[in-house]
Amino acid sequence: MKSSVIIFPGSNCDRDMDVALTKFGFKNTMVWHNDQSMPKSDLIVLPGGFSYGDYLRCGSIASKSKIIKSVIDFAHSGGLVLGICNGFQILTETGLLTGILQQNKYLNFICKNVFVKVKDKKNKFFKNIKKDILELHIAHNEGNFFCTDDELKNLEDNNQIAATYCNSEGLENDENNPNGAIKNIAGIFNKNKNVLGMMPHPERMIDKYLSGEDGSLFFENLLGNMK
Amino acid sequence: MKIKVIVTLKNGVLDPQGKAIQQTLNGMNFSNVEEVRQGKFFEINVNENNEENAKRQVEEMCKKLLANLVIEDYKII
Repeated sequence: MKSSVIIFPGSNCDRDMDVALTKFGFKNTMVWHNDQSMPKSDLIVLPGGFSYGDYLRCGSIASKSKIIKSVIDFAHSGGLVLGICNGFQILTETGLLTGILQQNKYLNFICKNVFVKVKDKKNKFFKNIKKDILELHIAHNEGNFFCTDDELKNLEDNNQIAATYCNSEGLENDENNPNGAIKNIAGIFNKNKNVLGMMPHPERMIDKYLSGEDGSLFFENLLGNMK
Repeated sequence: MKIKVIVTLKNGVLDPQGKAIQQTLNGMNFSNVEEVRQGKFFEINVNENNEENAKRQVEEMCKKLLANLVIEDYKII
């Protein structure tokens, strides 16, 4: 399976993502944001970081870069697109995903491990995943997912909520909501569920000695579902 | 009474954010955009009926907190 990770000026999780994808068997290519065309890929990843220094709004300037047109075409043709953290912010700014990531409710940069509950398994990203509750890492200042009531209803009606913040037992409440996201939302899909954006970083949880291995579960499972 | 304030970088002070926005707009085929300067907008609700008094207080706020006069100008509108 071929994957492509797009590098924007200010991306800083691109290499971690490269390591993770390669470790689990993807043949990965790094793609510069200014390139006109995308190499042939089965999965496109928009990595975390601070593209364009978060100028204007997080992800807004990256969402207008040259390569993004190919990403949008790829997504519209059913290709798998994964946006992590800043990648999620970019996906909302392109319009591929609904809503926006606002500044965290308590105005602090959050950098810690959290638990998220997988909310939907009828998709390529989470089908067959062995755990329902994953321990992943978050590191963001703008992760407070927000959308209109109508958009939220659509997300819920179409099962587009991918993951929510919870405790180790799966309890989703305010206490286990790190950033104030509406309905504890940590990640969402587009309507066809081939585009996933989420704030937590699975690529940071792929080594049992350094962190944990719930990210490994995510990548192994994704690759298995794509074969 | 609501007083509105705009704080912008002084002319000549480098505004990388404005520059990035300008280049993005150019790239989106707004080719006649020559410069973008980004600033901040404040709406300050002061419990005061006299407009002149309110504006005088807001001017103090601008000088003491809202703007850094080394690099920024403020405009009360």
